[in-house]
Amino acid sequence: MNAQSPVIARPSGAQRAMRFVLPVIVFAAGLIAWELLVRLRDIPPYVLPAPSVIVLTLIKDWAVLSQSLATTLLTTLEGFAAASIGGIALALLFNQSKWVEYSLFPYAVVLQVTPVIAIAPLLLIYLEQQTAVVVCAFIVAFFPVLSNTTLGLNSVDRNLAGLFQLYGASPQQTLRFLKLPAALPYILGGLRIAGGLSLIGAVVAEIAAGTAGAGSGLAYRIAESGYRLNIPRMFAALLLLSLAGIVIYGVLALVSHLVLRRWHESALGKDN
Amino acid sequence: MPRHDQRAMVERKTSSAADTGLTRLAVSLRGVTKTYDNGVMALGPFDLAVRKGEFISLLGPSGCGKSTVLRLIAELGAPTSGTVRVARHQAGMQTGQIPPGHGIGFVFQEPTLMPWANIRENVRLPLKLGGIAKAEGRNRADAALASVGLAEFADAYPRELSGGMKMRVSLARALVTDPDILLMDEPFAALDEITRFRLNNDLLALWRSLRKTVIFVTHSVFESVYLSQRVVVMTGRPGRTQADIRIETVEPRGEEFRTSTAYSDYCRRVSAALAPSYSGQSTL
Repeated sequence: MNAQSPVIARPSGAQRAMRFVLPVIVFAAGLIAWELLVRLRDIPPYVLPAPSVIVLTLIKDWAVLSQSLATTLLTTLEGFAAASIGGIALALLFNQSKWVEYSLFPYAVVLQVTPVIAIAPLLLIYLEQQTAVVVCAFIVAFFPVLSNTTLGLNSVDRNLAGLFQLYGASPQQTLRFLKLPAALPYILGGLRIAGGLSLIGAVVAEIAAGTAGAGSGLAYRIAESGYRLNIPRMFAALLLLSLAGIVIYGVLALVSHLVLRRWHESALGKDN
Repeated sequence: MPRHDQRAMVERKTSSAADTGLTRLAVSLRGVTKTYDNGVMALGPFDLAVRKGEFISLLGPSGCGKSTVLRLIAELGAPTSGTVRVARHQAGMQTGQIPPGHGIGFVFQEPTLMPWANIRENVRLPLKLGGIAKAEGRNRADAALASVGLAEFADAYPRELSGGMKMRVSLARALVTDPDILLMDEPFAALDEITRFRLNNDLLALWRSLRKTVIFVTHSVFESVYLSQRVVVMTGRPGRTQADIRIETVEPRGEEFRTSTAYSDYCRRVSAALAPSYSGQSTL
């Protein structure tokens, strides 16, 4: 397999460079076209701000926006942490006891399929705003962690499991030395999805909260700027949200790669 | 060597306590049947007696229950009826102290290595599960790796090794507990013939120096004749003994045996015994 990959699977150096260069060219071209369109047609900033205006707004409003960014990131992080710990813990519990799984799994699904935007207003009634926002992020993000971890724990090689049985491994040993390592790639995959989703959950909850109370996150800024027709600031906040999402994904992908690079197929393509 | 003396002592102790029939037997199966939950009768009734230090092959068509026999001996499953007796003990240990499975080494058809652990840790696994200290476990793992010629790969990961090397690691892992009985379930079936020949020779050399009881399951007539002192040919499902053929030749065997007329005569006999199970004229 390894002997064939240079011929079949591995892109050449030029091809690999193109994977980075092409999107950058498209991005730059898009920005230039946007800027020209706005300037040539004289479109007012409250309809469509030019990229240059957005960047200037970002700099001008940095004090407000950076505060909001920190708020949203904190919410996302709390939601993500809760989802990771909760999802993995619940999956381990399911794995230990079929009865617990049968009892609780349907509710995990219900929580997952009910749109969070519909739950958020209710949560905001019953919970303190900051708590409600974190809970929303948790609800959206925890299911992929739960289902991926469950899948991982159930994907243990049958012969390896037999080997552990042959050598009289205790349930704790089997969990620690066999099931968790075998599930690790799946867990990391779940966390990668959960990172992006907890940002979405935080944003959804902030928007729902924004109409009700005094929020200060980025999504709240977007809603607020919309009411005030401060469109450049809307775009600036949106830009920050996008960047936050990209950074979260990048960090989690990097962590996953570093953890798995010695052994897992998913991490081998890049450095091998 | 003091370790061997101790083993002999333990042996006497267990054999006097246990069934006297096991004195010279490592494994004894009597009237064993196995019916799976889905109603498929995989085995039996099947009898097998394996002497201590003997190298026997189980040969038969797919689905004849060869692997089931190994799993029953390893206590990875219980027989539906009949008795399975295994003389379990380990060098340098009192019978009461033997951790489960430690009298037996198992080599699967696949290398069955943990991809996330390096080679040394893979080989150390049975010792780790048995609660043996890390430093001692590492030394023993390194010694086992050296015995299969992979000493310098201790820090590598499974994916960095070829199929044949992975199989050697699997063998080292089975040997690391110094078991009396080695169960091998078509271990070389997935390898190319040249690699398999080499591993056959290495296995024979190991068996000559360590004198383990080996029960070797295979699809290959040639492999069974080349390796074993005795070939037990099984019928199709449910597996029974079709023939029990002793392979007698000049020991130690080497490559010259593979090209000798005695070898081809045995192959012919074993093939003939196997014929009813694939030509449809089952003797059942």
